[in-house]
Amino acid sequence: MSQTATIGYPEAHPHIDVPHHELSFWRKYIFSTDHKVIGIQYGLTALIFLFFGFCLMLLMRWQLAYPGKPLPLHFLTRWLGDTRMPGGIMAPEFYNQLGAMHGTIMIFLGVVPLAVGAFGNYLVPLQIGAQDMAFPKLNMSSYWVYFVGGVVMLCSFFVPGGSAQSGWTSYPPLAVINPTISHSLFTGQAMWLTGMVFLITSSLLGSINTITTIVQLRAKGLHWMRLPFFVWAQLVTGFLLLLAFPPLEAAGIMQLMDRLASTSFFLPSGLVVGGKALNVSGGGSALLWQHLFWFLAHPEVYVLILPAMGIVGEIIANNTRKPLWGYKSLVYSVIFLGFMSFIVWAHHMFLTGMGTTINAFFQTTTMIISIPSIIILTALILSLWGGSIRFTVPMLFALAFLPMFGIGGLTGLPLGLATADIQLHDTYYVIGHFHYVVAPGTLFALFAGIYYWFPKVTGRKMNDTLGKLHFWGSLIFMNGVFMPMFIMGLAGVSRRLYDGGASYLHAEHVLVLNKVMSHSAWALGVVQLIFIVNFFWALFAGQKVTNDNPWEATTLEWATPTPPPHGNFLKVPTVYRGPYEYSVPGARYGFLPQNQPEGA
Amino acid sequence: MSAHAAESAHKQTRIYRIIGAVLFAATGATVAAAEWHHLGITLGIFVAVFIATFKGSLVAGYFMHLFTERQAIHWVLMLTAFFFVAMIGLIMWTHRDQQGQPHGIFTTSPPAAQPHSE
Amino acid sequence: MSAAIEIPYNSTERPDTGLYNAKLGVWLFLASEVMLFGALFSTYVLLRTGADTWPSGAQTLNVPLATFNTFILIGSSVTMVMSWASLQMKSFARFRLFLGLTLLCGLIFLVAKGFEYHEHIMKGELPSYSTFFAIYFVMTGLHGLHVIGGLIVNGYLWGPGAKMWRTDPARFTNRIEVAGLYWHFVDLVWIFLFPTLYLLPGK
Repeated sequence: MSQTATIGYPEAHPHIDVPHHELSFWRKYIFSTDHKVIGIQYGLTALIFLFFGFCLMLLMRWQLAYPGKPLPLHFLTRWLGDTRMPGGIMAPEFYNQLGAMHGTIMIFLGVVPLAVGAFGNYLVPLQIGAQDMAFPKLNMSSYWVYFVGGVVMLCSFFVPGGSAQSGWTSYPPLAVINPTISHSLFTGQAMWLTGMVFLITSSLLGSINTITTIVQLRAKGLHWMRLPFFVWAQLVTGFLLLLAFPPLEAAGIMQLMDRLASTSFFLPSGLVVGGKALNVSGGGSALLWQHLFWFLAHPEVYVLILPAMGIVGEIIANNTRKPLWGYKSLVYSVIFLGFMSFIVWAHHMFLTGMGTTINAFFQTTTMIISIPSIIILTALILSLWGGSIRFTVPMLFALAFLPMFGIGGLTGLPLGLATADIQLHDTYYVIGHFHYVVAPGTLFALFAGIYYWFPKVTGRKMNDTLGKLHFWGSLIFMNGVFMPMFIMGLAGVSRRLYDGGASYLHAEHVLVLNKVMSHSAWALGVVQLIFIVNFFWALFAGQKVTNDNPWEATTLEWATPTPPPHGNFLKVPTVYRGPYEYSVPGARYGFLPQNQPEGA
Repeated sequence: MSAHAAESAHKQTRIYRIIGAVLFAATGATVAAAEWHHLGITLGIFVAVFIATFKGSLVAGYFMHLFTERQAIHWVLMLTAFFFVAMIGLIMWTHRDQQGQPHGIFTTSPPAAQPHSE
Repeated sequence: MSAAIEIPYNSTERPDTGLYNAKLGVWLFLASEVMLFGALFSTYVLLRTGADTWPSGAQTLNVPLATFNTFILIGSSVTMVMSWASLQMKSFARFRLFLGLTLLCGLIFLVAKGFEYHEHIMKGELPSYSTFFAIYFVMTGLHGLHVIGGLIVNGYLWGPGAKMWRTDPARFTNRIEVAGLYWHFVDLVWIFLFPTLYLLPGK
C-alpha cells in the first residue's frame, strides 16, 4: 500500500517519488525517525523508569515504617550488600540516595518523558493532521540523548559512594561536598549533573520540535481555536521546557565545576568541612544555585501537569459526548499559566532569609497563578454538567483526576503564603501536596491516556475488568499513602528524615501514620502489577478493535488506519470544525469528526 | 528565493558592509570609554551596556534581519527578553532585599565593623 | 511498504506564518541560548555584587587580545551574512569564499582564545583561583564551545554539505541562512561578554 501524500498548500513542493524500499530492522525500530516509533520508545523507557523509581520508594518506606529494623527480603539485602544495607538495616547514606534518585527518576526520567516525549510525540502530529514532526531526525536524537542521560543516572548507583544523595534539589554546599570532596567525574553527584545535562539537552531539542510542528504543520483549516486542548497544553509545555531549562543547565555546569575544578560558584567563604577549612577561593553563593534551580523547577511542575490536563480534557469531552465547557477560557488560562510560571519560583525559597518585600512579590504572583489553574479545573468539572457520561476505564481515571488535582492544588495555597510556609516548609505537608498533584493527578491522567489511546496504537483493547481493579485499587491506596502526609506535616515532621521522625518528641503521636503509608504503598505496588499484566497481555492477546474509531471520537488521530502507518493519513486531512463536535443534532453517527466535510 | 530577492540581496550587501564598519567603530568607542576612568563604576557600567546593546541591535536587526522578520519571531524574542530581565532582575532584587546582614549570606564570617561600598 | 515522507515548508514559507520550519526552529533554539547565557550573566552580577572586591578586566585580562578577537568575530559576522547574500545572488563561488573567510576568522578567534587561556594557566590563574576567574573561564569557555560548534556546522556546509546547492538550492540557501543566524548569535553573545568581563571597572 503506497502512502503518497500531497500537501494541502499549493506552494509546497510536490511529492518527490522515491523508490519504495523496506527499511532495515535497525532503521525501522531502533533508530527510527517516525514520531510514532519514537513516541513508543519514549513511552516504554519512561514506564520502566517509573516502575524503577517507584520501587526505590517502596524500599524507603520500609525504613520509614520500621526504622532500624532489618528488611525481611534476604535476597534483596544480600544483593544490595553491606555498604547499603549493613545487616539488612538501611544505611542513612543509602536512604538519602534512594530519596534523591526517587525524585530525580520519577520527574526527569519517568513523568516528563512519558507525558511529553511519549504522548506528545505520538499524538501531536496526528492531532494536527501532519505526517510527522517538523524535524524527524532531531526527534530521534532527542530520544537517544534521553536514553544516554538515563543510563548515566542509573550507573551512578554503582560508583563508590553511591548515587546522588543530596535531594533531587542538589543544594550546595552539601551537594558539592557529599559524600566526600572528590574531583572525580565518577561520583554519584557528578554523574547526576552529567545526566542532567543530557536530559536537559534532550528536552530542549524536543521542545523546539514540538513548537515548530504545531506552528508550521497544522492541516488546512486547523485554525488556532480549533486545536484540541491537548495540543495547546503541549505547545505551552514546549515553551516552558525551552525557556526554563537553560538556567539549570548553566547551574549544572557550574556545580560540576565546583566539584571537579574546585571553583566556588556556590561555596561561600569560610566553609569548614569535617573540622578542616575548605581549600577553595570562596566568595560564592549557595542561594545562586537555588535561584537557578527553581527558575527551572517551578515551570517544571507545570510541565508535569499541563499534558495531563490536556489528556483529561480529551477524555472528558469524548466520554460526556459534549464539547468542553469554556474552550476559550481553557486556552487563555493555559497560556497565562505558562507565562506566570516563570515568575513565582522563589516561593520555594521563602525561608532563605529573603526580605519581606520580595517575599510579598513572590507570594502575590503565586496567588495569581492559582487563578488560571482553578479556571482550568472548573472548566473541566463544568464540562461534566449535562453530559451523557460513559464510565469507561479512561473516564474513571480522568474523573478521579479532578478531585485529586483539586486537593493537590488547594494544599498548595498555604505553601504559597509566606507566613504559613514558615510552619510547613520542608515538612511532610509539602510532600503530600506535590504528590497529590503528580501521583493521583498526573499519573492518573497518564494511565487514562494509556487506556484511551492503546486501541489506536496497537489495534487491541486492554481488559476492562482489570482496568477497573487497577483504578479503584490505585485510588484507594494513593490516598492511603499521601493523605496522612498532611497530618504529619502539620504536626511538624520534617521531610528527608532517615527515621521518619522517630527521634523527635513532637512527632510521636503521628508516627503510626508511617506504617499506614508504607502498607498503603506496598498495596499500591501490588495493584500496579494488575496494570502491568493487563498491558502486556493486551499487547499480544487483547481483543482486537474492529473499527478505527472505537471511542467514537472527533479528533484527527482517530481518522487514521489502526495502527497508523508511516505518514499517518491515507489522505492528508482538511479540518472543517472545532475539536469537540459531539451530540450534534442531525449528524449521522451523533458526532462530527473534525475532518468530515460539511453535509457528508 | 525569487529573482527580485537577488537584486535586494545585492543592495543588502552594501548595508552589511556599512553596519560592519559601524560595529568596528563602536567597538573602538567601547574600549576608549573603558579607559575614561572619570566615569565611575555605575556610569561606566551603564555606558558599556548601552554601547553593547546598540551593537547587539545592529547585529540582530540587520545581520539576523530581525527588523524585517515575521511577527511570530518577534513575539518569541519579546517573551524571552521578558523572562531574561525577570530572571536577572528578581535575583538581584532578592539579593538587595536580604534580611539582616548587609552581605546577605555570601560569607559565613560576621560583617566587619568598617564601612564598605555595598 | 515505507514511503518517503515529505515534510512541508522546509524550502518554502508557510503562507500564514511566513516562516520555513528551520527558521522558526533556529530562533527557538536561540531563545533558549539567551536564557542559558542569561543565567551566566545573572551569576556574574550576583557574584560581583556580593563580593568585597572585584578585579577590573584591565588589571587581570588581556584586553588588547580580546579587542582583536572582537574585531575578528564581528568581521566573521559580516562575511557570514555576505555568504548567504551570495547564494541569494546565485554566486556559489562567492558563497564559498565568504564562508571560508568566516571559518578562518573563527579559527583565529579560537587560537587567540587558546593563547589567552594558556597565559592565565601558566600564571596559576585557574578557575579555582577566584570567583572572577571562575565566571571568566565558564562564560568564555561555553562561548568558545559554541564557536567550535558553529565551525563544525559551517565547515560541513562549506564541504560535503554544499552538494545540496545542486539538488535543492532553495533549501541549501535556507540552511546557510539558519547557520548564519546561529553564527550571528555567537557574535552577539561576545559583544556583551567582552565589555562585561574585560572592560568593566573593578571594585
